[in-house]
Amino acid sequence: MTIAVIDYGMGNLHSVAKALEHVTHEHVVVTRDARRIRGATRLVLPGQGAIRDCMAELERSEVKGLVQEVLADAEKPLLGICVGEQMLLDDSEENDGIACLGFIPGKVRRFKHDLRDSQGHRLKVPHMGWNRVHQYHPHPLWDGIDDGERFYFVHSYYVDATEDASVFGKTEYGDAQVHAAIGRGPVFAVQFHPEKSAGAGLRLLENFVNWEP
Amino acid sequence: MGLAKRIIPCLDVDGGRVVKGVNFVGIRDAGDPVEIAKRYNQQGADEITFLDITASHEDRGTTVDMVERIAGEVFIPLTVGGGIRTCDDIRTMLNAGADKVSINTAAVHDPDFVYEAAQRFGSQCIVVAIDAKRVSQSSEAPRWEIFTHGGRNATGLDAIEWAQNMVALGAGELLLTSMDRDGTKAGFDLGLTHAISEAVAVPVIASGGVGNLDHLVAGVKEGGADAVLAASIFHFGEHSIPDAKRYMAEHGIEMRL
Repeated sequence: MTIAVIDYGMGNLHSVAKALEHVTHEHVVVTRDARRIRGATRLVLPGQGAIRDCMAELERSEVKGLVQEVLADAEKPLLGICVGEQMLLDDSEENDGIACLGFIPGKVRRFKHDLRDSQGHRLKVPHMGWNRVHQYHPHPLWDGIDDGERFYFVHSYYVDATEDASVFGKTEYGDAQVHAAIGRGPVFAVQFHPEKSAGAGLRLLENFVNWEP
Repeated sequence: MGLAKRIIPCLDVDGGRVVKGVNFVGIRDAGDPVEIAKRYNQQGADEITFLDITASHEDRGTTVDMVERIAGEVFIPLTVGGGIRTCDDIRTMLNAGADKVSINTAAVHDPDFVYEAAQRFGSQCIVVAIDAKRVSQSSEAPRWEIFTHGGRNATGLDAIEWAQNMVALGAGELLLTSMDRDGTKAGFDLGLTHAISEAVAVPVIASGGVGNLDHLVAGVKEGGADAVLAASIFHFGEHSIPDAKRYMAEHGIEMRL
């Protein structure tokens, strides 16, 4: 039983690995080795920074094909985090348009400039800090987590999935509806950082480790 | 209902130990950064910032060990500042488990370092620390300049222009300290906080001068800060983080309770 955190050179992989080790006795590896990724029972796809760089590194490290293979097989549980969520969509508005993995239909959009809340206060971008996640559809990964619980976000682009059935969590920021959690089959992905979201985040990771889709 | 304002306790560390200690009931050795970080996490701190004041470069390895140990046990965002001068310094801290680094003097010496760092690691982990001091007379329109070395060295840089410049180069967040107020317990410089917060699109953390909970409220409501950073009022047991959060929430500020 091994959980592989996919290392393609982008993202704070150690935080994710350490948080996983905190909630499970299963072996956690940070790797880009094809054999170990194929041999793992569960995968975590992290991602941070610019999506163009993430997609480029995914390609360059030869991990992209593997991830596509895993997504196509739809057998192994996979958790996408932050840009690891965004990369599952068709494409992103970032860097004048970046093609993504196309596993979940939809786009990654930028928060509009001069974003304001209902009282007219200006909202900052990146969307940084603890925001509420509304559990739009039930999912085993929400087990034991309150609807509306706060998780830690840091991002300037957000997921807008086309199909209602693939949306599991929504977060409001100004007039933007962030699809903070999406999924299909054994794949679940979140915009926020569970590894940095204190107790609720650790619970979500624990749910992922115990998930038998 | 949306994004919560953040409370960030700040710890000064020297050689891997917390300077001056923290006054928690039930902690025998209050200088242990891991114990202190765990306690702040349990209390509901939204992030923790470490300011490394270790003088010698050789001893900075102890800070890396410290960050590693904390990151293995505390699962909220960690920022490390102090002595971040090169991309290697940043990589070392991020690999140890820091989520963000805060760049101060190095940005003043070489603004392009901020650009390089943001390009390499992403804006989300690059905080630029701005130390500003009011330079205008009380009869004039307020104006602030950037100072280095704890407020001793003037740079002649206008604080608002500098803040905008840092964001243009890739800073994802600004940590704004009023050198006039730092250590005074007289409250944030709200004029400065408001001016900078209005001038940039990224989140601003207000710092310097917190003496009571009303100061935290004012930093958000009047200063427009997205987060408030404080050291002594939490460390010496004057106020706890839950008290501060409740107080701010009672004053209409959205908090993670």
